[in-house]
Amino acid sequence: MARMNLLQALNSALDTAMAADERVICFGEDVGQFGGVFRATSHLRDRYGNERCFNTPLVEQGIIGFANGLAAAGFRAVAEIQFADYIFPAFDQIVNETAKFRYRSGNEFNVGGLTIRSPYGGGISGGHYHSQSPEAYFCHTPGLKVVVPSTPENAKGLLLASIRDPDPVLFFEPKRLYRAAVGDVPEEDYTAELGRAEVLREGGDVTVLAWGAQVEVVTRAAEMAAEKGIDCEVIDLRTLLPWDVETVTRSVLKTGRLVINHEAPRTAGFGAELSATVQERCFLYLESPICRVTGLDTPFPLAHEREYMPDHLKTLAAIEQTVNF
Amino acid sequence: MYAPSSVDAPRIHTPDFITESALTIPIYGMLGEDGRPYEGADPSGVAKEIVLAMHDAAVFTRLLDERMVAAQRQGRLSFYLTATGEEAATVGSAAGLEPDDMILPQYREQGALRYRGFTAAQFMDQLFATEDDLGKGRQMPVHYGSRALSYMTVSSPLATQIPQAAGYAYGQKLAGEGRCSICYFGEGAASEGDFHAALNMAAVIRCPVIFFCRNNGYAISTPVSEQYAGDGVAARGVGYGVRSIRVDGNDFLAVYLATQEARRQAVSEGVPVLIEAMTYRLGAHSTSDDPSGYRSRKEEEAWQRFDPIARIRAFMEAQGWWDAERDEALRQGYRDEILAAMKTAEAKPAPSLARLIEDVYAAPPWNLTEQYEALREQVRANPDAYPKTAGRIE
Ligand SMILES: Cc1ncc(C[n+]2csc(CCOP(=O)(O)OP(=O)(O)O)c2C)c(N)n1
Ligand SMILES: [Mg+2]
Repeated sequence: MARMNLLQALNSALDTAMAADERVICFGEDVGQFGGVFRATSHLRDRYGNERCFNTPLVEQGIIGFANGLAAAGFRAVAEIQFADYIFPAFDQIVNETAKFRYRSGNEFNVGGLTIRSPYGGGISGGHYHSQSPEAYFCHTPGLKVVVPSTPENAKGLLLASIRDPDPVLFFEPKRLYRAAVGDVPEEDYTAELGRAEVLREGGDVTVLAWGAQVEVVTRAAEMAAEKGIDCEVIDLRTLLPWDVETVTRSVLKTGRLVINHEAPRTAGFGAELSATVQERCFLYLESPICRVTGLDTPFPLAHEREYMPDHLKTLAAIEQTVNF
Repeated sequence: MYAPSSVDAPRIHTPDFITESALTIPIYGMLGEDGRPYEGADPSGVAKEIVLAMHDAAVFTRLLDERMVAAQRQGRLSFYLTATGEEAATVGSAAGLEPDDMILPQYREQGALRYRGFTAAQFMDQLFATEDDLGKGRQMPVHYGSRALSYMTVSSPLATQIPQAAGYAYGQKLAGEGRCSICYFGEGAASEGDFHAALNMAAVIRCPVIFFCRNNGYAISTPVSEQYAGDGVAARGVGYGVRSIRVDGNDFLAVYLATQEARRQAVSEGVPVLIEAMTYRLGAHSTSDDPSGYRSRKEEEAWQRFDPIARIRAFMEAQGWWDAERDEALRQGYRDEILAAMKTAEAKPAPSLARLIEDVYAAPPWNLTEQYEALREQVRANPDAYPKTAGRIE
């Protein structure tokens, strides 16, 4: 075990993956000598050479197109998109190519070796274009897996699992936690299973569901609720596509109540999908309407970032409202 | 159908490839490092008032940048991005335009904006996201914009403004008012697909747009040697059928004259023109960056020698237009003005909460109205958690 922040854990995962398999290739804007603008790829170029860890020209559609080709050639391409806000020039390559490569060719070809890493989310005074949470766009695309870690420990395990997974994975990293989240991380090689949610706190009154940096926020709300005598069950979804419907519905069948929290805007956010599925499967057990605590249906703001965020206070209010329905 | 040139092209009978270095574009320069005109370069076409005005805007920009980097270090500002070393490229090109030609910036063109007349107070209102910011406090520092000054608001996603400039310029051509657009971008942004789309469309559809590349050697940490393998950005223009020139981007006179000529051709012939200005980003990429991780001090110091402001000052002094006393008076005046404007902006409140849901659409639909009502209640109930807006809910 070693104390690591989330960035160091990701760096450790990449290092472990590259050491174990020479087909793992890391690239993106500024990831070479500099080690990425957040330093997630620090030292990898020195350790594995410029052929396996390098800067690309500044072109996201090129990065992912190249990554699709490299993955189709049998490599484990790990492409970094510097900010999730800048993934959209590559949307065509991801949605029309990455996601459909296997299906359209009858599995003659596939890009299962591809992992796209990208920092996402707000809380860093980043305004419109250094704050967005674009997960829902990609969750609407069959063929992709979407993974979001929340701690240094699960970040390493989930990234290693993503790199080795037989399907292409979008791995969204909560950048607000990059340096803020610190914990014990095994130094050895390990993976955390994709598609599994984690119950972080057991409780009987209400299920509270979040992912990424919002896990910390809802945990805080759950602690405040406990002081008021409300017993929350907190679940970290970890994989959004395909999501762990069993763990979530088991919890809601027990508590009869569900609060979902995400930073992205409310309308057509991933919370809408979760809410619809839980309602279909747990209808007769629900004691109150499923409640969403989300960002507003605006572009991500700057001066009003605090007001925009689905913070612990809004979550606590939603928990109380749900319990007292 | 082939273009006629392809049909009439001479035939060869051995497979001879044109080499990747066949086209090597020279650099247009007027002033040498010491500020003296090159032999054969005639600076008499640049009026004294223009030179003084360019120098003035460049000095303001330099001092603003220095002050704001210091403010960021002191924790007074979240983020800043300097244009140090690139003032001739941005100010000189703005000076070569008409004041109501449209500017579509990348984000390091505060010099052009200043040349157009953006005031110290306006810079500060944007930087501190005050209630008087034209952008209503919605974007990170340095994302300026002003309709009155024909300066389109900065957007962080790189290169998106390049095809937009082609479209805007086409609109200007249709309007028939003799206007054009200039679009700034870095040599890094020129790797994006949008750059290539823009050049091709502007050439084919014939748009009066000036594509102005600031080639400052780096895209954050990535040097040009890892950005492109050909002869820079100007050579690409030729491939797309866009007339192109490479200029010394640290030479105010060359940038000014090249842009003025580009404008003349763009407007009179209704065609795009590409200018690649060779310069150097003397500072960090932004206050979030530390260049010591990817380039040497020695390299930075070597480029100090080419400081565009020192060069134009030497020229002005040689003409008898400038001296140390005037220089100090100009600088002291701007230092005082900038500091005072910063203090004023720091004391101003943030935009009121209602601004949050405005401008998403022309009028807010039901979902935004509902969300705003709920948020207002939330802020009222927890005033300590939302200090920026709690005291001033409409
Ligand atoms: C589409 C997109 N990708 C990545 C970024 C992150 N980014 C911001 S500035 C920058 C480098 C730009 O370099 P260049 O175009 O040369 O301009 P310079 O900063 O040198 O003025 C990068 C990669 C971005 N803003 N937009
Ligand atoms: Mg550059």
